[in-house]
Amino acid sequence: MIEMKNVKVVYQSSDTVALDDVSMSIKEGEFVFLVGPSGSGKTTVMKLLTGEIRPDAGEIIVNDFNMRTIRRRKLPKMRRTIGAIFQDYRLIENMNVYDNVAFAMRVVGAPHRQIKKRVPEVLELVGLEGREKRMPNELSGGEQQRVAIARALVNNPRMVIADEPTGNLDPVRSLELMLLFEKINEMGTTILVVTHEKELVNAFSKRVIAIEGGRVTSDGMDGYFSYEIE
Amino acid sequence: MIREGFRSITTHGFMSFASVTIIMACLIIMGSVALLTLNIHRMMNKIENRNEIMAYVDETLSEEEARAIQPELEKIDNVSSVRFITRQEALDNFKDDYSEDMMEGVDETWLRHRYEIQIDDQSLMPQIKASLEATPGIAKVNANLENAKIIVRISNVVTIISLVLIAILAFISIFIMSNTIKLATFNRREEIAIMKMVGATNHFIRMPFIIEGLILGILGGGLAFAAEMGLYHLVTERIVSPMSENWFQLIPLQNIALPVFVAFMVASIFVGVFGGVNAIKNYLKV
Repeated sequence: MIEMKNVKVVYQSSDTVALDDVSMSIKEGEFVFLVGPSGSGKTTVMKLLTGEIRPDAGEIIVNDFNMRTIRRRKLPKMRRTIGAIFQDYRLIENMNVYDNVAFAMRVVGAPHRQIKKRVPEVLELVGLEGREKRMPNELSGGEQQRVAIARALVNNPRMVIADEPTGNLDPVRSLELMLLFEKINEMGTTILVVTHEKELVNAFSKRVIAIEGGRVTSDGMDGYFSYEIE
Repeated sequence: MIREGFRSITTHGFMSFASVTIIMACLIIMGSVALLTLNIHRMMNKIENRNEIMAYVDETLSEEEARAIQPELEKIDNVSSVRFITRQEALDNFKDDYSEDMMEGVDETWLRHRYEIQIDDQSLMPQIKASLEATPGIAKVNANLENAKIIVRISNVVTIISLVLIAILAFISIFIMSNTIKLATFNRREEIAIMKMVGATNHFIRMPFIIEGLILGILGGGLAFAAEMGLYHLVTERIVSPMSENWFQLIPLQNIALPVFVAFMVASIFVGVFGGVNAIKNYLKV
């Protein structure tokens, strides 16, 4: 669950207003696309949601944590409620597929037996069964992103946020990935996908929040049509 | 977490090897200079001890009366040892040093009872000489003030040079070691960022680095100790011993082994653990 009210973020170093008076509300179990061109403020929203930065004004609640006032040592606990996915996959190169996923469970102190049971489950869910021993560089881009998704899901987060997850994938793989997100959403997990890929967004009838110049310009079920970049 | 530490060493094999090698090299260089300095100091001390003062007792005093002066002499500041030498002993010493012909007809009455006095600080020799001369029963004092001055000067120069050298080496070593560790952890910043992203606490991230630093530190310190001792043994047994006089002997290996071991271990574990934790500090701020 995400609640943003009148959020403002100013990057002091360049004196840039990244977000200005942004409000949005995403309920438990929703599937939402956050769209906008480069420099519109999408990444800043992601950083706010993961606690990398704090707002200069306004309120943000993410999964019941107040992100404006949250204490630094509470951040790990908050981050365990979300699964984050990035364009560049961010896998650990010298760990195999199994360990890349299991590692996220070790971090939260899960018992060994539970890890052994859960990791194959998620790998099967994302379609990577039988590839446990492969190293990241032996996998295609789409497969690497699936490992990242498995890692994001392994601790049963309440919400998955994905920053340009299809940025490095061809259209077919991108569509497959979105179908996977849809499947995960149907299992009850809230999904927020940040993207600028119009066709992909329009292939799904989902809620689309458009952002430009640090402001929300539209929010509805009308797809990406209401939002013109080019 | 201990398993994570070991896993981390094996998965980052080359950087671990580089860190251990650098720690080892720095410790061996620092240790060698420190041991050299220690030995030079010991040698200087021996030279200082050889520059003793001779205080001759008034010949009108009997042996008992002459011996009675000793407590007075021991009271003088900076006097480290006082040894009474009778006329007869002094004569025997002369006989040992010179030929029979030269000493023919000389008996102990030619000589005075005397005290051989060693002092702590050569720079205070003039004051001590004056105090000795003022002691009742002492007729004459022989003290080589020129030698004392030279010894003090050399000793000061040696101390300054060795301290400066050790300070420079320590600075360079710390710089090299911390940079090696920074480099080793720089490769891991992505890994740390991922750990943070999936909700790892700073403690969880730090622990493998602490364990890794501990293991690499023990390894680096232990290997450096073994190498340093081997080197010292070689220098003592093969190079210095056969060619030198007694005063030039190095400190025996068994006397320095424990202090060197403790110093190396403390330094390398500190560098390994503190260096590692310090290097990742910035990556934890996300």
